[in-house]
Amino acid sequence: MKILVCVKRVIDYNVRVQINRQGDGVITDGVKMSVNPFDEIAVEEALQIRDRGDADEIVAVSIGTSASQQQLRTALAMGADRAILVESDDEIQPLAAARVFHKLVEKEQPGLVFLGKQAIDDDSNQTGQMLAALWQRPQATSASSFELNGETARVTREVDAGLEIIDIDLPAVVTVDLRLNEPRFVKMPDIMKAKRKPLETIALSELGIDAPPALETKNYEPPPQRQAGIMVETVDELIAALRDRGVL
Amino acid sequence: MTRVLLIAEHDGAELNLSTAKSMSCASQIGETDVAVFSNGADSLATSAATLAGAARVLHASRPENAKPLAAVLAPQIAKLAADYTHVLAPSTTFGKDVLPRVAALLGAPQVSDIMSVESERSYKRPIYAGNVIVQVSVPDNCTVCGTVRIASFKAAATDGNAEITAVSPDADLPAHTRYIDLQAQVSERPDLQSAMRVVSGGRGVGSAENFEIIYGLADKLSAAVGASRAAVDAGYVPNDMQIGQTGKIIAPDLYIAVGISGAIQHVTGIKDAGTIVAINKDAEAPIFALADFGLVGDLFSIVPDLEKKLG
Ligand SMILES: Cc1cc2nc3c(=O)[nH]c(=O)nc-3n(C[C@H](O)[C@H](O)[C@H](O)COP(=O)(O)OP(=O)(O)OC[C@H]3O[C@@H](n4cnc5c(N)ncnc54)[C@H](O)[C@@H]3O)c2cc1C
Ligand SMILES: Nc1ncnc2c1ncn2[C@@H]1O[C@H](COP(=O)(O)O)[C@@H](O)[C@H]1O
Repeated sequence: MKILVCVKRVIDYNVRVQINRQGDGVITDGVKMSVNPFDEIAVEEALQIRDRGDADEIVAVSIGTSASQQQLRTALAMGADRAILVESDDEIQPLAAARVFHKLVEKEQPGLVFLGKQAIDDDSNQTGQMLAALWQRPQATSASSFELNGETARVTREVDAGLEIIDIDLPAVVTVDLRLNEPRFVKMPDIMKAKRKPLETIALSELGIDAPPALETKNYEPPPQRQAGIMVETVDELIAALRDRGVL
Repeated sequence: MTRVLLIAEHDGAELNLSTAKSMSCASQIGETDVAVFSNGADSLATSAATLAGAARVLHASRPENAKPLAAVLAPQIAKLAADYTHVLAPSTTFGKDVLPRVAALLGAPQVSDIMSVESERSYKRPIYAGNVIVQVSVPDNCTVCGTVRIASFKAAATDGNAEITAVSPDADLPAHTRYIDLQAQVSERPDLQSAMRVVSGGRGVGSAENFEIIYGLADKLSAAVGASRAAVDAGYVPNDMQIGQTGKIIAPDLYIAVGISGAIQHVTGIKDAGTIVAINKDAEAPIFALADFGLVGDLFSIVPDLEKKLG
């Protein structure tokens, strides 16, 4: 079985994001970029399935500028077998990304597609579900445990009420949550090895995809800031202050 | 004409409060019908009919709708959507699962986490863990699909009296996805997403046993209990208590953060709280930069003392 894993290049989660002067985007120049944290977990899960002998090829895929090769190389260094970059300089929204991944799925015929539950730049939490709809296959979102049983899989999902368990037939789309696994550290020799692994680049325009309707985004603003309040010295002072405010 | 279809969230017995909150957002956009998918349970449709602002309730009852499987609900919602300009759902794990599947079937983009309605097709939403707010507009040639950030809206009143219509959208339902079980925490405490007061513990609490002091304070305050991701990952508490970017977004009147440093991913979940209290032994902890009241010290002496003095 082949597994496709989606890997997005995003601003590192430790960076304090700054809005640009024009207010039409965020500053990315000189900013540390990384693999979307959820996607590292997606790669790790695919690798563990292969390591158990239940998959034979892991293909990492990304849509973005040529700089996204860096994140695909990270996936290769973690252990993915090959990578595909669908290159585009334009912003790619979830529905467009899902159409691209659907095209790749038709070509590659994987048994599973792993994605992050959300990209930490747009925080959309949409792409996996949209891909599953276009492909007309099952979706298991926010997975915190994944167990393969031949042609089906049992997935535990993190939901507001607790943990939901579902069974899905393969092929299927799975989006991963933070507690699914602990991604491995990449070692130096693996980085060297990854340089020799195949990384194919396809121009987005070559895929022949109809561009879907897209959202127009403007007016980038900081959120309303909360002001630091007062420091109290004792529990009694705290209780008095809260009573004063009428919240106790 | 603008017509909004709001997808109700429920647990099979009762409507989730997220439905009433999303109703307030929907009403700001236009005339709203509420769709209830269930297996029987007519009382769900009846209580949806009381939501102020609901014009009609569409009740799609069939055995396949007993559990909220996105792959089963999405084709039915997409069918109903033909009569609407907008389809909304709450931005809870339910809405996040099902609505993108609907949007893709409709060939429409989705606006996730609507915070405010700027116009019929234009909304504010947070990105980058809530560090940036943007305004997004949906083009005219497609259905508006959106999930509602429920912490941004007050629940609609329940003095309405909408007409209930049974519907059976004609769609092929897949059998490739099967619901097995829900492992829910049974708790006597208030629900985290609707509680007026929340006490939260972080890594500083140190263990599952130590969390008893958090529960103790919460019970004294009739508060719900939350946690940081670090506390959940360490196994002190279950995942459904996580607050933040990838957990629950809440807006209680009072939030008490105990042994939580205040990482941006956590803080994004509590920004709408009325009053924030931080208890932390590190005076430099970032949580103090947004707390209304901060107390520096050891939580193991402060929290029991606080509980006791609240009498
Ligand atoms: C993609 C992504 C998503 C994330 N989503 C979330 C999310 O949804 N929610 C979330 O919470 N985090 C999330 N995180 C994790 C987040 O970045 C932080 O790691 C986490 O919030 C830290 O939890 P904490 O404050 O409990 O632990 P720490 O940062 O370790 O802080 C512990 C605090 O306890 C204090 N303390 C220790 N002992 C005592 C004592 N005896 N008395 C008083 N104070 C004490 C310390 O001074 C310290 O400030 C996410 C991270 C990533 C990468
Ligand atoms: N441009 C992209 N390249 C690679 N993966 C992507 C891209 N966009 C979205 N994804 C995948 O879809 C997941 C969810 O993204 P989103 O729907 O934008 O929150 C991410 O975690 C990735 O796995």
